[in-house]
Amino acid sequence: MTTVTTDSHAPSAALPSQADTLQLSHLRQLEAESIHILREVASEFERPVMLYSIGKDSAVMLRLAQKAFYPAPIPFPLLHIDTGFKFREMLDFRDRMARQVGAELLVWRNEPAIAAGANPIALDTKRCCGLLKTQALLDGLRHYNFDAAFGGARRDEEKSRAKERIYSFRDNAGQWDPKNQRPELWNLYNARIHPGESIRVFPLSNWTEMDVWQYIHLENIPVVDLYFARERPMYVRGDALLPTEQSFVALPGETPQMVRCRLRSLGCSPCTGAIRSDAATIPDIIAELISFRSSERANRVIDHDQEGSMELKKREGYF
Amino acid sequence: MTTPLLESQFSLDDFMAAEQRKDLLRFSTAGSVDDGKSTLIGRLLYDTRSVYEDQVRSIEGKGTTAPGQLDFALLTDGLRAEREQGITIDVAYRYFSTSRRKFIIADTPGHEQYTRNMATGSSTADATIVLIDARKGVLPQSRRHAYIASLLGVRHLLVAVNKMDLVDYSRERFLAIQSDFTTLLDQIAADTGNPVQPHFLPVSALLGDNVVHRSASMPWYTGPSLIELLESLPASRHDAAAPLRFAVQRVLRPDASFRGFAGQVASGSIRPGDPITALPSGRTARVARIATFDGDLDLAHAPLSVTLVLDREIDISRGDLLVSTSSPATITTDLEASLVWMDAHDLVPGRRYLLKHSSHIVPAAVTALDHRVLLENDSHHQTLDHIPAATLSLNQIGVASLRLLRPIAVDRYRDHRLTGSFILIDPATNSTVAAGIVRSAQPIPASLAAHLATAHSGPVSARERFLRWGHRGAILSLTGPTSIADRVERALFHDGRVTLRLSAPESASAAVPDAAHETAASTLAAHAASAGLLVLLHTETDSDSLTVSVANHSLTIAQEDSLTRRLETLLTDAGLLHRPGQNEYEI
Repeated sequence: MTTVTTDSHAPSAALPSQADTLQLSHLRQLEAESIHILREVASEFERPVMLYSIGKDSAVMLRLAQKAFYPAPIPFPLLHIDTGFKFREMLDFRDRMARQVGAELLVWRNEPAIAAGANPIALDTKRCCGLLKTQALLDGLRHYNFDAAFGGARRDEEKSRAKERIYSFRDNAGQWDPKNQRPELWNLYNARIHPGESIRVFPLSNWTEMDVWQYIHLENIPVVDLYFARERPMYVRGDALLPTEQSFVALPGETPQMVRCRLRSLGCSPCTGAIRSDAATIPDIIAELISFRSSERANRVIDHDQEGSMELKKREGYF
Repeated sequence: MTTPLLESQFSLDDFMAAEQRKDLLRFSTAGSVDDGKSTLIGRLLYDTRSVYEDQVRSIEGKGTTAPGQLDFALLTDGLRAEREQGITIDVAYRYFSTSRRKFIIADTPGHEQYTRNMATGSSTADATIVLIDARKGVLPQSRRHAYIASLLGVRHLLVAVNKMDLVDYSRERFLAIQSDFTTLLDQIAADTGNPVQPHFLPVSALLGDNVVHRSASMPWYTGPSLIELLESLPASRHDAAAPLRFAVQRVLRPDASFRGFAGQVASGSIRPGDPITALPSGRTARVARIATFDGDLDLAHAPLSVTLVLDREIDISRGDLLVSTSSPATITTDLEASLVWMDAHDLVPGRRYLLKHSSHIVPAAVTALDHRVLLENDSHHQTLDHIPAATLSLNQIGVASLRLLRPIAVDRYRDHRLTGSFILIDPATNSTVAAGIVRSAQPIPASLAAHLATAHSGPVSARERFLRWGHRGAILSLTGPTSIADRVERALFHDGRVTLRLSAPESASAAVPDAAHETAASTLAAHAASAGLLVLLHTETDSDSLTVSVANHSLTIAQEDSLTRRLETLLTDAGLLHRPGQNEYEI
């Protein structure tokens, strides 16, 4: 996000001398807070799981989990909800990362819906997400009997997420009730649930998109190559760049063009547009981010199909 | 996409170095419905260029402001119900950054019924912005906000006197409010024991005066703008010389060669070689290594999350507190605390709640309510008056005595925010019903503490006993004739329950209560219950029936009644008997 300089002559209160205080940078403070959350959940729940979506936020969350339990292995499995519309590169990357960190990887798909041909064009995006993401997630969590699920969502992403707790209570249908959330004070989290209920946990709640990229850079964390600008074949429709994945339905006479572009956030290929960009490295991405004037989910069709669309999805059980 | 920054000689290294020098300031905001709080936050985000163009476009032409003027409140009112009602329902978190600092805002609603959200936002805040409408002056809700901020230990109160444009930017008006509020803060500090430092600013959130940019309309005000003040306040600096507090979250034992205690340094600092004491056992050891994924550290300080390896094997598990040997915390089963009640169901004195403190959960009951703090005016009292109370309802604040079933190590909140705070959970609904702030703790007598130290280090846990005996430990209060108490003890023994009979301490009706006996008996009872025994705490009376009560369940037994079935039902209702799938933390 943008920075601003102010000409400050504020009469500041007396600062303690450097010698008797120890100040951590904001990134190390965020890291310490996230590790605390990961450890609490692993210790208080019987069957936690980490939702691994392959994106940059998941990459950071996975590294934090390695740090939280080092030198012991990560004490919970990773779960990927595969809609069948993920980019091939993402799936390869997912399998490689799971092997690298030595974590158990589970994949769950809503096979009946996929077999019935669910896709965003035939169904509209709302119903498609409902079946392939939300329903698959709820089924997957129930199948394995998970009582806590980590997600990489951040409060700065979207308005309704700004009101999300770190421990987000879900009833036995997996639903979020924004008017009836448990108060969350200090670093004391209430992990108690009845059978069938669950908690979604967001260890990156207080991170921003900029924090995530800076941390990836500082920590040298691998991310999917789709985040970096390359010459890629794209269908160009007005300002939109649509990836030429196997699922794409071209208009009559439409042919892909080579465009230097990248993905700012990774979703399903039919619903995730690319942006024109020259940012081929993480430093380039950070520099680009400083100059950005639109939010990272602006290229996600699914957040914009209705006022309060994310909130409605979350109430139904979406992350 | 080409950008000016990419074209210019942008140096990421310089940028990252500057970012690494940035620290973090957490602040909360409070204000009433019409104080313009959402407008102020929206203005702060907009003027620091922390909102994206698509977010600005999404609010253009909407809201209640004059044509062509952005309604900044819409940038922050997130939920549908809020947009429909034009109010803020719940705590929302916002993030922005200047060249000096990262900020986390806890944006809390100002309605009376949302006191719990204000307390939530203040619990982690270094500073709180209180908004006052310049036309209305210091209202009861301003008093309430300042009180909660002080109670929750927020150090800096930024008093923004808003809507100055509507009082002709009057200096006299501003100074009058400043004077009223200063008097109020002195009263509050006397009550909570936590003085806050006030900073007064005249602003217009709508027009942007003194929010980010200094105002041209108020030349008489020469102080900083709001953002300048936020950039210059001391952040939550951590004092390296403060006593160590480190709650063990998890024991890491990947193989036979490594045994480490994972946790976050809540206060102070630690180096290899330093002595530590584990509480409540009182066992000591030295730190051998500070292990992290990035290599061993020579020094760990708050708020780092690390793993400590000790130089010898001592019995430590989740929930134990590692402290400086020279400056330990207080081991206690008796607390006096301020409670912010957060649940629709009222506090029930004497009922069993679960108290979560640092990384452990202990059953606890409120034994007495000293008073309630009046947060609104009524016909007989002033805001912040103390009034007697039999219970606490949603959004009420009071001071209570609590008794814990097992000893824990605590500090006073004013000394240590993280080891002096707790929450209460209703074991039936699992709701978080209260936030607790430790005002004082009665130390367990040294002889008992020493006894507990040896008892707690034994190899057999309450959980193992639970699995073998089929029941948890608890204190059963028996009130009635000895003959029926004898039959209860015999019946429980017959069913294989493991019991310990104690005579209850002298009641308050005695002319001189025997304080020493009371503490010793109740501590012994609490200890035996925590070890897994059913403690029968008998108070003899000459009535013709006997009442057995445990937690919030009770049973009355007359001379000739049969016992076995009824006792079993009581134990089941109180959740003391083993059933599959039970949570192990509810010991």
